[in-house]
Amino acid sequence: MAAKPKLCYFRGRGRMESIRWLLAAAGVEFEEEFIETREQYEKLQKDGRLLFGQVPLVEMDGMVLTQTKAILSYLAAKYDLYGKDLKERVRVDMYADGTLDLMMMIALAAFKTPGEKEENLALVVKKAKTCYFPAFEKILKDHGEDFLVGNKFSWADIQLLEAVLMVEELDASVLSDFPLLKAFKTRISNIPTIKKFLQPGSQRKLPPDSHYVKTVRNVLQL
Amino acid sequence: MAGKPRLHYFNARGLMESIRWLLAAAGVEFEEEFIDTPEDFEKLKNDGSLIFQQVPMVEIDGMKLVQSRAILNYIAAKHNLYGRDIKERALIDMYIEGVADLNAKFRPLPVTPPDEKDAKITLIKESTTNRYLPAFENVLKSHGQDYLVGNRLSRADIHLVELLYLVEELDPNLLANFPLLKALKTRISNLPTVKKFLQPGSPRKPPVDEKILEKARKILKF
Repeated sequence: MAAKPKLCYFRGRGRMESIRWLLAAAGVEFEEEFIETREQYEKLQKDGRLLFGQVPLVEMDGMVLTQTKAILSYLAAKYDLYGKDLKERVRVDMYADGTLDLMMMIALAAFKTPGEKEENLALVVKKAKTCYFPAFEKILKDHGEDFLVGNKFSWADIQLLEAVLMVEELDASVLSDFPLLKAFKTRISNIPTIKKFLQPGSQRKLPPDSHYVKTVRNVLQL
Repeated sequence: MAGKPRLHYFNARGLMESIRWLLAAAGVEFEEEFIDTPEDFEKLKNDGSLIFQQVPMVEIDGMKLVQSRAILNYIAAKHNLYGRDIKERALIDMYIEGVADLNAKFRPLPVTPPDEKDAKITLIKESTTNRYLPAFENVLKSHGQDYLVGNRLSRADIHLVELLYLVEELDPNLLANFPLLKALKTRISNLPTVKKFLQPGSPRKPPVDEKILEKARKILKF
C-alpha cells in the first residue's frame, strides 16, 4: 500500500493550505512535518530536498516536489479533479489560478505593517466583490450547473470554496450579492470529504496570527 | 483550418512574453492586438472578454483564455511539450515555477526607484547565481541528457532558455560558471523555430525602456 503523502511547511496556511484542501477533498490522508526553527530549515536546505531552497515540500509517489502550483496540478490530475480533456483543463486552470491569486494576497498581507495590512486586506475584499466573485457568479449563472467546469466536481470548485471562506473571514457579508455563490458554498461544503475537513480537529489551519508571522519571519530571516 | 491565436496585451514583454516564446518555439504563427490606450483596455474589459478584468488574454481554438499560467499549460499540452505523463509533468511544473519566480524578480526593475535599483539588482544577481542557476545546472548534470525532462524537448527547456537570455541581458558574466546551461541555451537557440524567433523582426519584444514605461503608466494609470 502506498505511503501517505508527507507535507513539510510551517504550522499555518501560507502556500500549503490549498494543497491540504485538495488532498482532503480527494479523501487522501496525509502526514505533516512542521517547521518551527531556523535550524530545521537549514537542515532541510542542506539535505537537498528543496530544489530552490523553499517550502512547501510534498513527498509522495517517490517524488520530492516543491513549488505549490506543481504540487496542486499533480494532485488535481492524479485524483481526476482536472476536467475530462484539455479544454476543460484550461478552464479549471483559469479559475484555480484566479482564486489562488486572491488567496495569496491575503496570505502575504499578514507580513505587512499594521497599516499596510489593513489596506491590503481591504483591497482584497474589494477585488473579491468587484472582480472575482462577479466572475464566478456569472460562470455559474451562464451554465446553471452545480460545479464550475464540465458539470463535475473539480479542483476549481475546491479552491473557490477555500477562497470564499477566506474572504468571508475578512468580511462576513461579502456573499450578500451573490446568490449562486452562496448556494455553491453550501453545496460544496456538504461534500462528505470537505465537510469532514471543515470540522474542528481536521488538518485545516487557522488564519495567520502573530505567533505564525513571528515563526516564519524567524525561520526565513525576513 | 482554425484561425491563428490572437494575443491581447501591451506592446511589451510583461506576462505575455513567455506565451510568445512558447507559441513561436512550437512553430505556431500568431497575431497580436496591442493595448495602446486606456480606451483600448476599457473596451476589452467592457465587452466581457476578460474573465477577471486582466490581460494577458489569448483567443485560441474558439476560447478567450486569461491567466498566463493557464494559457501556457494549454499551449504546452496541445503541442506535446508537457512531458509524457503526470510525473514528468510534475517535474516540468516544478522547474518552470522556479523559472517564473526568478523571472518575476526581474519584472519590477524598470519601475524601481533609482536609489533602490542597485540593491535590487544585487539581490537578483545573488538569487540567480546562488539559488536558481545551480538548481538547473544540477538537474542537467544529474542525468547528463540534452533536455531538462524525459530526454526530450519540453516547455521547461524553452522557458529556462528565455530566462537565460534575460539573465544575460542583465549581466553576461552571470552564466560564466554554468557550462551545461550555456550548452542548453545554444542547443535550444539553434532549433529552427527558436532561431527564427530570435531574429530581428520576429514578435519577440525588446526590454522595457522609458517609452514603453510611459505608455504603460498612461494605460494602467500608475
